Amino acid sequence: MKKILPFVLLAGFLAVSCSKQEPVTELRFWAMGAEGEKVKALIPGFEKENPGVKVNVQMIPWTAAHEKLVTAVASGTEPDLSQLGNTWIPEFVALESLMGLDSLTSRSADAAEDRFFPGVLATNRLDGVLYGIPWYVDTRVMFYRKDVFRKAGYDHPPKTWAELRDLCEKIKKQNPKNFAVYLPANEWAHFITFGLQAGSPILKDQDSRGAFSDPEYKKAFTFLMGFLYDSLAPPRFTDVTNVYQAMEQGYFSIYMSGPWNIPEFKKRLPAHLQDEWMTAPLPGPEGQYPGASLAGGSSLVMFKNSKHPGLTWKLIGYLSRTSVQLEFFNLSGDLPSVKEAWQDSVFLADKYLQAFRSQLDNVKSTPKIPEWEQIAFSRVQTFTEMTVARKLTIDETVYQLDESVNQILEKRRWYLQKTGKVKP
Amino acid sequence: MKSLFHHIMLTLVALICLVPFLWMLSASFMSPGESARFPPRFFPENWTIEHYQTLFDRLNLSRYFINSVLISSAVTLLSLLVNSMAGYAFAKLRFKGKETLFKSLMAALIIPGQVTMLPVFLMLKEMGFINTYWAILIPGMASIFGIFLIRQYALSIPDSLIEAAKMDGATDFQIYRKIILPLCKPILITLAIFTFMGTWNDFLWPLIVLNDQDMYTLPIALANLMGEHVQDTELMMAGSVMTVLPVIILFILLQKYYIQGIMMGGVKE
Amino acid sequence: MSRIRTRSRWSSVVIFLGPALGAIGIFFVLPVLAAFIMSFTDFDIYSLGNWEYARFVGLANYSKLLDNPVFWQALKNTFYFVLIGGPLSIAVSLMAAMMLNSPLTRLRSTFRVVYFLPVVTTLVAVAVIWRYIYHPKFGLLNYFLSFFDVSPVDWLGDPVWAMPALILMAVWKNFGYNMIIFIAGLQNIPRDLYESAMIEGASPWQQFRYITLPMLAPTTVFITLMTIIGYFQFFAEPYVMTQGGPLNQTLSIVLYMYQEGFRWWNMGFSAAVAFVLFLIIFLATALQMRLQKESTH
Repeated sequence: MKKILPFVLLAGFLAVSCSKQEPVTELRFWAMGAEGEKVKALIPGFEKENPGVKVNVQMIPWTAAHEKLVTAVASGTEPDLSQLGNTWIPEFVALESLMGLDSLTSRSADAAEDRFFPGVLATNRLDGVLYGIPWYVDTRVMFYRKDVFRKAGYDHPPKTWAELRDLCEKIKKQNPKNFAVYLPANEWAHFITFGLQAGSPILKDQDSRGAFSDPEYKKAFTFLMGFLYDSLAPPRFTDVTNVYQAMEQGYFSIYMSGPWNIPEFKKRLPAHLQDEWMTAPLPGPEGQYPGASLAGGSSLVMFKNSKHPGLTWKLIGYLSRTSVQLEFFNLSGDLPSVKEAWQDSVFLADKYLQAFRSQLDNVKSTPKIPEWEQIAFSRVQTFTEMTVARKLTIDETVYQLDESVNQILEKRRWYLQKTGKVKP
Repeated sequence: MKSLFHHIMLTLVALICLVPFLWMLSASFMSPGESARFPPRFFPENWTIEHYQTLFDRLNLSRYFINSVLISSAVTLLSLLVNSMAGYAFAKLRFKGKETLFKSLMAALIIPGQVTMLPVFLMLKEMGFINTYWAILIPGMASIFGIFLIRQYALSIPDSLIEAAKMDGATDFQIYRKIILPLCKPILITLAIFTFMGTWNDFLWPLIVLNDQDMYTLPIALANLMGEHVQDTELMMAGSVMTVLPVIILFILLQKYYIQGIMMGGVKE
Repeated sequence: MSRIRTRSRWSSVVIFLGPALGAIGIFFVLPVLAAFIMSFTDFDIYSLGNWEYARFVGLANYSKLLDNPVFWQALKNTFYFVLIGGPLSIAVSLMAAMMLNSPLTRLRSTFRVVYFLPVVTTLVAVAVIWRYIYHPKFGLLNYFLSFFDVSPVDWLGDPVWAMPALILMAVWKNFGYNMIIFIAGLQNIPRDLYESAMIEGASPWQQFRYITLPMLAPTTVFITLMTIIGYFQFFAEPYVMTQGGPLNQTLSIVLYMYQEGFRWWNMGFSAAVAFVLFLIIFLATALQMRLQKESTH
C-alpha cells in the first residue's frame, strides 16, 4: 500500500497539471434573478460533455438588468451569451450587437426551429433574421372560479367574446356588489392582447405609426371598456391590493395572469376553494379558440463579440434539449419552450398547465421595435388610465394615443428612411 | 420630573429608529410565511435559522463581505487624502482665481450626478478600468461635498498658527501634515464615515461596472435575492440583516472615535 | 504679528488641488459637458448602436419637455418633497440634536448611536423593511393605526398616500445625518451664554429663539442648502420603493430623467431634463441665500 501512494500522488499531480496545461475556455453567460441562480445546476452537465470549457454564469438582478446589458453592449464588454426578455431583443438588434442564428438552427438537432412554439419563436425574428432561441415561455391565461361560473349557469369557461360578456353580466346579477373580471388599467397587456385578438397590428407602416384609431383596436378597446364602464370590472385598480383575497371573496372571479400564479393560487387560496379554481385559455372573437395571448418569456442570445461562437451555440443547444428543459422546469418552474418537453407526464398530469399548453398554440408578439416598451408603459397605459377615469372618451383616447405614439416614432421613420429600409 | 419626561421623549425617538431593525431581525428567524399574518407578529412562533443557512448556501456571503470592506476602505482612504488636500488649498493657500474656482465647484454640486453615468462609463471603458475596482475607486476619489466640508472646517483654523509655522520655515506640505490634518481630525472622521457608508451602500454603479460575479458587493447580492415573482419575506429579511449588520457593528466600533471627533470641535475658536 | 500677504507657490497649489480637480474635471465636468451637448441632439438607442443616427435638434428637447405633462407632474412631486420633506427633516434633526445636547441627557452616546443607525444602513435593505411596514394587510403601520380606529391604508399603492409614505421613510432614514452636524454646531455655542440667560430669567423658548437659533445660523445655512440640493435630487427612495408609481405620484425629476435615459434610452431628452433641474436648483439656492442674507442684515 505504501508503495503505491507516491504513484497515486504522482498520477494525481499529473492529472492536475495536465488539465491545467489544457487551455480552459471560459464562456460568459448572463442570466437574470432566479433563472441565473437555477441554471447553475445545469452547467456541470455541459462542462462534463465539453472538457476544458468553463461556463461562468453571472446573476444579474432584474431591477437593473436592462441598464447593465445596454451599457455593457455600448462599451463592448458584453458576455458570450445572455438571457434576454423577448421584448428586449429589438433594442439589442438596434444596437447591432446580436448574432443572426439562421445558419445555425438549420444544422442543429437540439435547437432546430420546429422544436419550438412558432408564436414564441416569431418574437425572436426581426426583418427575417432569427436573433434568439426561446429558453422558457410565458403567457397569460384565465384564472377563474368554477363555483361562481356554475352559479351563473356556465359549466365551461367562456370561448368567445360574446360568452365572456354574457357570463360577466350573469355573475354581476348574482351579487351586484361584486364584480366579474379584473382589468387593471395600469396593465397594458390586457388591452394589447384583446387588440391583437381583434386583428389589430397595434402599429402599422413597418411599425412606424400607431394603429390605435383603426377599427380593429377600437373595437377591442370599446369591448374592454364596456366591462369597466358597466361595473363588470372594478374601475379603480387601487381598490384591489391583493388579488388572491379578492378572488377568494368573489370580488371578481376572472383574472388573466401567467404561470407564476399557479403556485401562488395553490398557496394562498383557502382549502375549501382549492377544487374550485381553474385555468383556461383566453376566449377569442367569433370562430377563434383559444383567442390569442401575448408571447412572453425569455430567449438565449449570442453576441457578435463572442470569441467562442461555436461553443456558445453548443451551450444554447444543450439548454434546448428536452431533458435539460425538463430539469430546468423542475428547478425553476419556468415553462419549457420546447414543444416535446410538454409531452412529459409532469405536464399531462397537471390540470392547471393544460390551459397554458393550448394557449401556447395561439400566442402573438407585440410590435418588435426598440420603442415598444416605452410606448406600452408610458403611452398605452397612461391613456388607458385616463379613459377609465373618464377624463377622455374612447374616441379621444385612440386618436390622441396615435398622435402621441407617432411622435415617439418620428425617429424610427427617419431611421427607416436613412437606412433605406422603407418598403414600398 | 423634567428629566424623566426628557428621557421618555429620547426613548420614544430611539424606539422609532430601532423598531424597523428589531422587526427585521425577528422576522428573519420566522418560519416561511409567518410574517404574512394579521395581526403582525413581533416574535417568531417557530424559531428557525433556515434562511441564514440558505443565504450561506446560495450566496458566497463571506466573499461579498470582503469585497465590500475592501472597496469601501480603499475609496475612503483615497478620498480623504485627495479631499483634505484640496480643502486645505481652498481654505489656506492664496492664489489667483481661488474664489471663482470654488464657486464654480459649488455650482457643479447641483447637477444631478446620474447624467454623467453613461459618459463616465464609456470613458472608464476607454481607460480599460471596466470590471476592475479602479472603476469604483477613481471616480469616487474626489467629492465636491467632501472638499467643501473640509474647507469650511479648515477656515476656522487661525491664520496665526500657520503664519507662525511659516516663520519657522515650514513648507506648505509640512503645514498640511503637521497642523491642518491633526486639527481637522473631527471633520475627517465624519467624512470618512459618510464616504465609507456611501460606498458600502452603493448598488447601481458597482453592478454596472463589474462583470465578474466574484467581485460583487453585498448590496448587489441582496438585490439578486429579490426574485421577480416570489416574495420570500423572511429570507429577504435575513438577507437585509446580513447586509446591514456589518455596517452597524463597524459604526458602533468606530463611533467612539467619531464622537470624540465631534467633541474636539472646540478648536474652532 | 504682521500678516504675510504673499501668494502661495504655484507648485503647492498644483500639488494640493491637482488630484481633486483632475478627478472632478475628468469624471464630472467633462461628462457634464458631453451631456450638455447631448441635450441638443436626439441621441437614443439607435445612436448608441451607430453615432450616425443622432441628429442635432436644437432646443427641441427642451420645448418637448415643457409640453410634457409627465415632466410637470414630476416637477410638482419634487417640489412637494422639497417643501414638505425638507423643512420636516431639518426640524426633526434640530430637535433631536437639541435633545441629545441637553445637559439633562444621560446615556448620550448610546442615544446618538441609535439615532444615527438609519443613516448608515443600506437603502436596499431599508426598502425591504419599509415595504413591509407599509404593507396594506400585514404591515406594522396599519396595525398600529388600527388601535386608533384608522382603516387600513395601502400606503405605497394609493396615489394620495404614496408620497407622504416616502417622505416619512426619507426623514427616518436621513435625519441623523443633519443631526450630527447640528450637534457639532450646538457644541460651539458657549454654555455661559445660556447660564447668563437663565440668570436673567429667559424661558427655554426665549433661549432657543435668541441664543440657539442665531448662534446656529451658519450651521443652519449650510444644512438648509445641502438639504435643498439633496432633496431636489430625490431619487433613491422612489427608485427602490415605487419606481415612480402609483400614477406617477412619486415620480421625481431625477427619477424621470433616469427612466428616460436608462429605461427608454432617450439620452438627449434625459440630458435636457438634467439641465432644467440644474437651473431650478440654481434659482432655488440663489433665492435661499438671498433670503438668508436679508434676514441676517
